[in-house]
Amino acid sequence: MKQIADWALNLANVRGATYGDVRVVDARARALATKNGKLGSASDSESFGFSIRVIADGAWGFAASDDLSRAGVEAAAALALNIAKASAQVKQSNVQLAPEKPVTAEWTTPCQIDPFSISVEQNLDLLTKIDRELCSVKRVTLAETNLNFHREEQWFFSSEGSNIHQTKYSTGAGYSAYSFTGSEIQKRSYPNSFGGQWQNKGYELVEELRLLENARRIAEEAVALHQADQCPEGTMTIILDGSQLGLQIHESIGHPIELDRVLGMEANFAGTSFLTLDKLRNLRYGSDLVNVVADARQEHGPGLGTFGFDDEGVPAQCTPIISNGLFTGYLSSRETAHAIGAHRSGGTLRAENWNRLPIIRMTNISILPGEKPLSLEQLIADTDRAVLMQTNKSWSIDDKRYNFQFGTEIGWEIKHGKRLRMLKNPSYSGITTEFWNSLDAICSREEWNLWGTPNCGKGQPQQVMGTGHGAAPARFRNIKVGSAYKGN
Amino acid sequence: MLDQSRAGDIFSKICKRSSADEVEALFYGGHSALTRFANNTIHQNVAEENYGVSVRSVFGGRTARATTNKLDDASLGRVVEAAESMAKVQQPDPDLLPMPSPAEAAAQRPGSDTVYVLPKRHFDETASITPQQRAEVVAGIVAAGQKHKLTTAGIYSTSQSVEGIFNSRGVSEWHRQTSAEVSVTMLGSDSSGWQKANSPNVAHLDPETLAQIAAAKAFTSARPREIPAGKYTVILETPAVLDLVGFMFFDFGGLALLDQRSFLNNRVGTKLFGDNIEIWDDVAHPLQSGSPFDGEGVRRERVQLVDRGVVKRLVYARATAQKMKGSEYRDKVGPIGTTGHGFPIPNEVGEAPMNIVFGIPRDPKTLEQMIASTDRGVLVTRLWYIREVDPYEKILTGMTRDGTFYIEEGKVRHGVRNFRFNQSLIHLLSNVEEMGMPIRASGEESFDMVCPPMKVRDFNFTEVTKF
Repeated sequence: MKQIADWALNLANVRGATYGDVRVVDARARALATKNGKLGSASDSESFGFSIRVIADGAWGFAASDDLSRAGVEAAAALALNIAKASAQVKQSNVQLAPEKPVTAEWTTPCQIDPFSISVEQNLDLLTKIDRELCSVKRVTLAETNLNFHREEQWFFSSEGSNIHQTKYSTGAGYSAYSFTGSEIQKRSYPNSFGGQWQNKGYELVEELRLLENARRIAEEAVALHQADQCPEGTMTIILDGSQLGLQIHESIGHPIELDRVLGMEANFAGTSFLTLDKLRNLRYGSDLVNVVADARQEHGPGLGTFGFDDEGVPAQCTPIISNGLFTGYLSSRETAHAIGAHRSGGTLRAENWNRLPIIRMTNISILPGEKPLSLEQLIADTDRAVLMQTNKSWSIDDKRYNFQFGTEIGWEIKHGKRLRMLKNPSYSGITTEFWNSLDAICSREEWNLWGTPNCGKGQPQQVMGTGHGAAPARFRNIKVGSAYKGN
Repeated sequence: MLDQSRAGDIFSKICKRSSADEVEALFYGGHSALTRFANNTIHQNVAEENYGVSVRSVFGGRTARATTNKLDDASLGRVVEAAESMAKVQQPDPDLLPMPSPAEAAAQRPGSDTVYVLPKRHFDETASITPQQRAEVVAGIVAAGQKHKLTTAGIYSTSQSVEGIFNSRGVSEWHRQTSAEVSVTMLGSDSSGWQKANSPNVAHLDPETLAQIAAAKAFTSARPREIPAGKYTVILETPAVLDLVGFMFFDFGGLALLDQRSFLNNRVGTKLFGDNIEIWDDVAHPLQSGSPFDGEGVRRERVQLVDRGVVKRLVYARATAQKMKGSEYRDKVGPIGTTGHGFPIPNEVGEAPMNIVFGIPRDPKTLEQMIASTDRGVLVTRLWYIREVDPYEKILTGMTRDGTFYIEEGKVRHGVRNFRFNQSLIHLLSNVEEMGMPIRASGEESFDMVCPPMKVRDFNFTEVTKF
């Protein structure tokens, strides 16, 4: 791989590049799914290629190719140079990179069981058993299960001397049960919607999730939702489970803190951010109980945003984002760090694969658990009236990340400290900072889980990235509930 | 560039290595480039070349797929082995059909009115655009914004791509095309405007006009005022229409009905929308794009999905058509038969119409005429972050974005703060008062289609955001 990088970087240097980096990536994926007792999908895929990113005449160029012959590599390097020179035709200033010490390093996801070592037969056997359990519940009309495994080996070389070899594994597993009556489709998912739980782990994740043990309950809840009352409309207290709070963090904290959005670089597609630079260390983002970090380090946990180095060779870091409610940090890169007066990148530049330009992505954006011991059951017992909302069903937020609306698969009425009747079609909406300032309780460490969001879209051409979100159930006061069905 | 001849040679190698009853290879790839700009600067500028093959093996009712972008002999051997080993361990599926023969894939099916020649979709002028040419266009867009003291952001992309399918029964289909796309956002201090267009032929794009319209929207919507949420007559420009209606077309697949996850369950043959709604799927339409065959190599038919507001028929992959004919729904779903809309097998979705063409309205109106006939309403340029709230009533939520205006007494009065909506698609398509001429439209939440701007009464805005 070093030879490939040398071919590309030498040519770039000779033709006038002031900076260059090369990523060679060998990616492998396996996807298995069942639907109503039959195979839904069974596929293996691999993708191998490289890209070169250069600065010439003060502007960026990038080219990627699946041709790793010397001629192919040098042609891509020449194209990247040509593109950079074209970029320089339309610029306001030269690109400046924050300094970063070159490193030579190896890093691998701690993976107890290589997921590709588990036979397809064993995987399909598990999915078939879950599927059978879901379908055994009367009036379940559709059952879907899935397992997904990824392995990505990357070699990174820069003209500054970095040489980093990383191997990342990730696993996803989950299922859904649907029930259709004459005029209503209801759905329950486990352990989360959108493919279940995803982490940077091996097959051990599948074993930890207790998938089969929960299948009957999930199927029964999907059917029971038809008989449940509609979630009431009004302003009230809500309790969000950890997975829903994880998505709430993703949309209303994770995206607005991306410095490229703040600086207008995503204005045409993903949008901008209400978090203008004047708000750093000045905005009261949330209540005193809100402490959020962006933490890509392994010690934070096996999130989809965990790595050794980002895709421009910056080591994984932990950045305080919200500290006791005060907004304290952005997600940054070497190009954008100067905008916030930082001397170094926050290490968040990542690419979907070898053929995509790395851009600022969420790492693990997590709310820290409450310090006082508090279980979900204790939180419920401490609540007079509320709706407990579990498992995301719909999600939407405006392009500056102020106004959001979420729906969940199921709700529960909380009254006088007890969980009472099931509620269907719960939804809530609000304005980001008002919402986070209304948090008045969050459960402690034993309820905290690092959830994975595997499908975050951003960039042009669009890139899909996995992000991590640690969260524990939390309570919010005076929240608008039920707008999703208002007027329909 | 991978061509049909080389792909055929690769498929021969795959067949030699295969021990399966049947084998199929899908080829994909191409060259693409995208120049991205923001803050009046080209800040990302990329190019990519990549080709791959996806092999499907079948052993007695069992099938699996493996994909690689390494086309050397050893990798082809490995990908065949991967597909075969995954297929062999499965339980046989009695519904899995043999791969189609060339005659079956290309057949003129009973009841079909598909007799077409696909329009030219590969243009050398598009394929040969250089980074310097893209930069010159971007410079023009930036200059147009600077005239009005606006900041520009957007993209200019070009690509050429191929897709092909071969199977061991003799199917051999190939398609190549080009694509060019321009998207422009103009930003003022408290407002923005947006435009986007794409075409296989770069000569059909007019970046200068797109920039001027986006700029006009930005400065016209400056100092937006807040008006209360509620039900309004709205005029939805074509990107807003396509991003909404795009959420319903996966429900027009036969398998969605069989799975009981479609909002059309118990509704095919009923009058669901207004009399003025006619919708086709037509890959050969001159404003459409894409290949003329589906994921099994079967020719796509022209299908009328909605006739005068009545959902008339669904689309089918081969296996879904057979399953539907034997199901309890067979007398309630209109004509049943393969239409050439299947996705590559195995998959969980089945099929969907992806070349949507709305019918030409009896009395098409221009946008200006729609505004002039509106006493009180809202003009919507674009929508954002649309998601499904209720799958059977087809309630969608989302936001307006980049140019939302208040209309009073037939005139655009001023920009307004953006709204959140929660709107049933069924109600929306029942409340269309006027439509324009369908054009090739491009949004961000759905696939491109040929659709009209619409004037819709009682559109349900539920909240207002802060800008």
